[in-house]
Amino acid sequence: MYAQLVQSEGGKSRAEMTPREIAFQERIDRGEKIEPKEWMPEGYRKTLIRQMGQHAHSEIVGQLPEGNWITRAPTLERKAILLAKVQDEAGHGLYLYSAAETLGVSRDELMEMLHSGKMKYSSIFNYPTLTWADMGAVGWLVDGAAIMNQVPLQRTSYGPYSRAMIRICKEESFHQRQGYDIMMKMCAGTPEQKAMAQDALNRFWYPSLMMFGPSDKDSVHSAQSMAWKIKMNTNDELRQKFVDQTVPQAKYLGLTVPDENLRWNEEKGGHDFSEPDWAEFFEVIAGNGPCNAERLGARVKAWDDGAWFRDGLMAHAGKQEERRAALRLAAE
Amino acid sequence: MSSEWPLWEIFIRGQHGLNHRHVGSLHAPDAEMAIRNARDVYTRRNEGVSIWAVKSNDIVASSPSEKGPLFEPSNSKVYRHPTFFDIPDEVGHM
Amino acid sequence: MTTRTQDPAAEPSAHRDAFVDWLQRMGDNCLILGHRASEWCGHSPALEEDIALANQALDLIGQCQFWLGLAAEVEGKGRTADQIAYLRDAGAFRNALLVERPNVDFGQTLMRQFLFDAWHMEILRKLKSSSDPRVAEIAAKAEKEVAYHLERSADLVIRLGDGSAESRARMEKALKALFPYTGELFTDDAVDQAMAAAGIAPLPSSLKAGWDSTVSAVLEEATLAHPGEVWQHKGGKRGVHSEHLGYILAEMQFLQRAYPGAVW
Repeated sequence: MYAQLVQSEGGKSRAEMTPREIAFQERIDRGEKIEPKEWMPEGYRKTLIRQMGQHAHSEIVGQLPEGNWITRAPTLERKAILLAKVQDEAGHGLYLYSAAETLGVSRDELMEMLHSGKMKYSSIFNYPTLTWADMGAVGWLVDGAAIMNQVPLQRTSYGPYSRAMIRICKEESFHQRQGYDIMMKMCAGTPEQKAMAQDALNRFWYPSLMMFGPSDKDSVHSAQSMAWKIKMNTNDELRQKFVDQTVPQAKYLGLTVPDENLRWNEEKGGHDFSEPDWAEFFEVIAGNGPCNAERLGARVKAWDDGAWFRDGLMAHAGKQEERRAALRLAAE
Repeated sequence: MSSEWPLWEIFIRGQHGLNHRHVGSLHAPDAEMAIRNARDVYTRRNEGVSIWAVKSNDIVASSPSEKGPLFEPSNSKVYRHPTFFDIPDEVGHM
Repeated sequence: MTTRTQDPAAEPSAHRDAFVDWLQRMGDNCLILGHRASEWCGHSPALEEDIALANQALDLIGQCQFWLGLAAEVEGKGRTADQIAYLRDAGAFRNALLVERPNVDFGQTLMRQFLFDAWHMEILRKLKSSSDPRVAEIAAKAEKEVAYHLERSADLVIRLGDGSAESRARMEKALKALFPYTGELFTDDAVDQAMAAAGIAPLPSSLKAGWDSTVSAVLEEATLAHPGEVWQHKGGKRGVHSEHLGYILAEMQFLQRAYPGAVW
């Protein structure tokens, strides 16, 4: 997901917990929200910073693959819709950074950690967007996968995170639809457009499945995060749900999901499907994906090139403050 | 890093005359820019007609550890709620 | 936007041609400046600025759709706003040279925006009382958006001019680089004369005094020296552009050109 492989701290059994930790866990079990200045285990705080930070980074790095096509959008309306969508992602990054800041880390510190490679962002944004159909595929599949994770996260135990997710989910409802709308137009268009749509599905299918993270049996951190209600579903649950939801949508478009093993399994009431290439996934996470260097490079450049602007405005605000103070002094 | 823009809490009053409501936070060099940034960040979907911005550091909050003494006493004042009183159906809406 | 449909044949053709040309000037300015602003999406110095600039780009693209939509209607040849935007070559574009100047840095981007916004505000104010109700209607809607653009760009020019030593130096450089592209906004030609005679639009030269006073006041507060009378480039509004426009169009029009007639 937008927060893959988030290392969870803690993982104590009940017997190992202090009375304070037990009381904390009981509050979460009762469905109470944890608010910024309340006591929380250090592991809870650190895990949340990691997860929300990664989530926020994914939103702003996620602007880049789609931003790539804003200046090439095929009509004025498509241009406006895409720009509005990518702008929303900046907003979502902003909401999530703000929520993370309530835990005692500043946005600039989080940015530095992204730039130095200490913090990650979702693997999906290291794949290139090569044609206009990719704008459709990203909206349909990538936003579709993200929504699947974000909807349950509205109920997460940390108040500011939960509230940010509620706002994000509300705003994001149009994102997946606009992607599917692009796909419908492409599939109803010329043979070349339809081929472009199929190609986009071929390239984005497995990277989308990777978004949910490795299988639960390999995911050591899931249990603690789930107990804390920082993670609401297992990776495999969400991946299965995503496949089951997406397959009929692909069929409606007349597109073929690139998986020979894909078939309906009556017994489990869901599809059987092939695993993505996890070796590729770990390479992409480690920085060796097709666009890692470009994506991170673009973020670092934006930050470094913008330093004079941010500092200049602070300098002006400082001067104004001094002027006001001098006026107050003169008036006394 | 030393010159990080301060954090502001943003409150917006919507179209329907309700109170200003906390909608989130943002960074801005000063108050004037906080208001403008809030316009761009938090009213993209026609959400508001009035904006308040308060420096996050200036917010005074009740202490979470005093939650019990502060809020629990009102639990027992059930007579403050209209459902405490049974009014016969024949009386009609009240 | 509801537009009153008029019988195109009822308009004398010379007047109609001038009107279409003038509408493209309005629309192309918005289109090209919106394009430049949208290039920043995902790359701005702060998230708040990224979002604000995208809002402005969205406003400009919306205004472009109205102006080019009206151009298509007045022209009466069955073209759409999209066809006008995506299927003309650079020589048929009518935007001022100022808006196609490259972004360079955030300082030049903001200075370009401010110099344009100050002009945009002047002309929209006048256009609200255009003899053509369709023009007046578009102007009334755009004016509200542009009032905010101007408030924002003017304020940022002031803050950065009167900011740090580096921000001041960058804004000085931006002003020096861009000021020679502002003169074109105030020159009158035959198209402008025809529009003024029909009461559709003001003469560009009549907007100069208002623009000057806005610009002078802001530069003074920004502690930036007014460049004064300097050599002015021109050509954009009659289709003689800089090399930059060709690249903008190569990017913008790529899909429409590579897949003619496809529906997106």
